[in-house]
Amino acid sequence: MKAGETGIRLWKDDCLAPVPFWASRVDSSVLERRFSTFANPEEFTRFEQLAICSVQEALQNTSIKPTGERTLFILSTTKGNIDVLDRNISSPFDESRVYLWNTAQLLQRFFNLHHRPVVVSNACISGVLAIIIGSRLIRSGQYDHVIVTGADLVTEFVLSGFNSFLSLCAGPCKPFDKERQGLSLGEGAGTLILTADRDSILAKDSIEIGPGFSSNDANHISGPSRTGEGLYIAIRRTLEKTDHIIDYVSAHGTATPYNDEMESIALTRAGLQHVPVNSLKGYWGHTLGTAGVIESVAGIQGMRHNLLINTLGFNQIGVTHPIAVINKTKESTINTFLKIASGFGGCNASLLFYK
Amino acid sequence: MMDNKYSIRDYCIIRNQKVVQGGKVLFEGNEMLPAFFFAGLYKHLGVNYPKFHKMDNLCKLGFLAAEILLGNKKMNHRYSPDGSGIVLFNAASSLDTDRNHQLSIHDRSAYFPSPSVFVYTLANIVIGEICIRHKFFGESTFFIEEKFDALRLFSYVKQLFDEDLVKCCIAGWIELNGNQYDGVLYLVEKTTPDIDGIAIFEPGKLSEIYSQRS
Amino acid sequence: MEQLITNLKTEIIEVLNLSELTPESIDENAPLFVEGLGLDSIDALELIVLLEKKYGLKLGTAEEGKKVLRSVRSMAEFITENKKG
Repeated sequence: MKAGETGIRLWKDDCLAPVPFWASRVDSSVLERRFSTFANPEEFTRFEQLAICSVQEALQNTSIKPTGERTLFILSTTKGNIDVLDRNISSPFDESRVYLWNTAQLLQRFFNLHHRPVVVSNACISGVLAIIIGSRLIRSGQYDHVIVTGADLVTEFVLSGFNSFLSLCAGPCKPFDKERQGLSLGEGAGTLILTADRDSILAKDSIEIGPGFSSNDANHISGPSRTGEGLYIAIRRTLEKTDHIIDYVSAHGTATPYNDEMESIALTRAGLQHVPVNSLKGYWGHTLGTAGVIESVAGIQGMRHNLLINTLGFNQIGVTHPIAVINKTKESTINTFLKIASGFGGCNASLLFYK
Repeated sequence: MMDNKYSIRDYCIIRNQKVVQGGKVLFEGNEMLPAFFFAGLYKHLGVNYPKFHKMDNLCKLGFLAAEILLGNKKMNHRYSPDGSGIVLFNAASSLDTDRNHQLSIHDRSAYFPSPSVFVYTLANIVIGEICIRHKFFGESTFFIEEKFDALRLFSYVKQLFDEDLVKCCIAGWIELNGNQYDGVLYLVEKTTPDIDGIAIFEPGKLSEIYSQRS
Repeated sequence: MEQLITNLKTEIIEVLNLSELTPESIDENAPLFVEGLGLDSIDALELIVLLEKKYGLKLGTAEEGKKVLRSVRSMAEFITENKKG
């Protein structure tokens, strides 16, 4: 990201689409090689390999054991193993792999988890929502640690669907830009480990999770509210619950004409129009159930390094409410940031992180 | 953990071609296929909501269960719109519609993915449809579990109430997979059970209601 | 043209699940969106699929879509002008 490069490329893959398409994809051979250090790639689907690799890498950086009774695992995904439904590809995996509770059981066995994983499947806010739920469950006293993993694939299923919505961009997406035409799909996995245990956190480096809320537009199942109603409510409730000043906003910024416009309205209504804001989707596309997690991770890293990251793909503001889109990577003291997201079904989420 | 008590104000069960609300049989249909049974229930309820016919079967199930619970209660007059929440669980997610979408893209020579099908390939759309109908702006989440888990539902919804994140909540199990369907919705509120509710909101009661013989 | 308009009305009711309407109740000159039938953005996309699937005609952009999908009559005119064979 610091090099300002995008992972969104033009692909010609007849298994995924009849015409060439732009997307950000994970190199399967790299994935398999990495996964093979943990288990046999032939026994796990691509989605499972992604999720497991992400969890393994996160666990390497902590002393928290996933097997404890006070540890919970939350999976965030929109479609999981949906590609096993594709009868044009001879998949070695049974169709029952598509059930997300089955994925949860698989992860429980793989990591020897004490509790059955919680699965959050709530469109594009799943990632942010999973982190919010994880922090709520810790606050309730039921758990001390929560491992939150988001994962989703670029599949023909999803590509064809967004195509039918005419919402894919021919080229890397341009969040908040005047010339934006739509989103770029991406795939990946990300993991965030939440803990109440202050001893296990390196005090200097720890990031706190603040208030977070979800909400609904109650307006339309696919188009966002023209007044940004739901997102405004979620942001407003977050701001009401904190004294912190927001230093940076990590927007959803899918680069569709309607989403970015709606976000600019919601942010302005909430009084955040002057706060530096970016979308990271120009780097890795819209990763659906993964988005909220990896964008939160990126926000945390940016906060640790006091670096505001450029909105790749953005040139000139193209929304009616002139929010402060970050157009150049630069140093800045960041003590707090707000992660926001919106999704199909009129859902929205807002979550505060702070040092 | 705070020891607050909340109440199950009402509940609705839709399964085996029968609809039960708060202990009474509301409707019985003959049609085995969900689409026809739901159409019959829609007509019986006298609902006037043309968008119903665009919904997939999962959303029809959730919509009808919520309609039965909320139709006459004017929920948004009792509580602020952003104090009303929805928490749903199921096992199959949106698999029923996922299969339809997959069919539409199976054959390259007849490749016509449909936006009105694709939009329903997410389980939380049923939450969206209920929110639109009843003007719920508050907290909502869709979870996936293999089976109905009263304890998980109870713990999460209770916490929403404890933290004052919701004043009322529609919670339950909305499952549909092919011709199999199972809809159980509870209306949970922050009121005194003795006065207003059918029962105290607690896992045992949730299980008991869920397991009622139909 | 009139037969095409009648066919279109039936097809629109079918693909948009407007099961509470009959072809006779649709005015071919009335706007399809905002007023008239009050169709929404998903309906518009679905009509674009209908034009391609049934009539082999492709609409690429929202702008083109807005003009062609203004009413049943404008859809019929578009089909008549562009249909091959």
